Amino acid sequence: MQLIELYLSLFISFFKIGLFGFGGGYAMLPLIQHEIVDAHHWISVADFTDIVAISQTTPGPIAFNSATYIGYASVTNLGFSNFQGIIGSAIGTLAVSLPSIIIMTIVCAFFARLSNNEWMRASLSVLKPGVIGLIAAAALMLINNYNFIDYKSWIIFAAVFIASLKKIDPILLIVFSGIAGLVLY
Amino acid sequence: MKRYWELFVVFFKIGAFTFGGGYAMIPLIRNEVVSKKTWLDDNEFMDMLAIAQSMPGPISLNTALFVGNKRLGFKGSLFSAAGIILPSFIVILFLAIVFTQFKENPYIERIFKGIRPAVVALIAAPLLGLGKSAGVTRKNIWIPAAVAICVWLLHISPIYIVMACIALGLLHFARIKRTLR
Repeated sequence: MQLIELYLSLFISFFKIGLFGFGGGYAMLPLIQHEIVDAHHWISVADFTDIVAISQTTPGPIAFNSATYIGYASVTNLGFSNFQGIIGSAIGTLAVSLPSIIIMTIVCAFFARLSNNEWMRASLSVLKPGVIGLIAAAALMLINNYNFIDYKSWIIFAAVFIASLKKIDPILLIVFSGIAGLVLY
Repeated sequence: MKRYWELFVVFFKIGAFTFGGGYAMIPLIRNEVVSKKTWLDDNEFMDMLAIAQSMPGPISLNTALFVGNKRLGFKGSLFSAAGIILPSFIVILFLAIVFTQFKENPYIERIFKGIRPAVVALIAAPLLGLGKSAGVTRKNIWIPAAVAICVWLLHISPIYIVMACIALGLLHFARIKRTLR
């Protein structure tokens, strides 16, 4: 019974994330964090940051990655079996994709009329700059005592920030900061 | 049936080789869909991208759905969607199974202590460039600022923020239209 309820709330949460996740990628992070960390406490903020790190180094969009990971982790964390966890991750992944499938099917049917529609563009005029605010919020929400434990964290942050502005490959930067962690802590 | 599997394979390849998702995938998708397969021309691709980015959900999924639908209808879009979803599903599921067992390992914990601040830096660093391309100027910088404060400090769900942004955009446009008339 508890398992069915968990599956159901996983489905609802990730459907919401798929439906209201505008701007893709990092812009979806505050919404994902809001649903899975703050509202449902399926994982901790530190675990959430680790999932984002894993997403940055593996193929595929962050929304899928977190749906797959959390679908599995939230089920097995409650003591359910490996297999039930895999079902959970399939449910999460399907739920986050479903809104896109529905919406894009409709969009394709009306594409010619939508692509130059003035109301369509108007509805995005505030949301477009707003998405930048969502990405900023994603970064600000992750600046906390779990992710920044001492001055060394800030040194890593500054180094990666500058290196990233210089267009160094993010996967390389994650690997380097992992090595830095191993050496420094 | 062969053509459906071709859709699946093309998007499986794209899904398997693009790291970090989203914008990193776009040149790769263009290369496969426009240059190699000529399923869309460049103009169609740009129009499609504009729509895929303005709809909710991952951009790569929206793009895959559009191309699949354009080529072989609804069923085609399901094949391309499965193609783009499966690689990350397999990789992350494997990592989740391994990672939830080794999380307590002290070495892993030390590695992640180093990685966590880097994750935040990787999100923050592209903000300036992204802001410029999203058309953020001194006149409308209050919009992202207000959004960030509402979500970060006031803990308002981004769902309400997104709905408010859409409503404001429509209201603003309706007002301009009325004064023009």
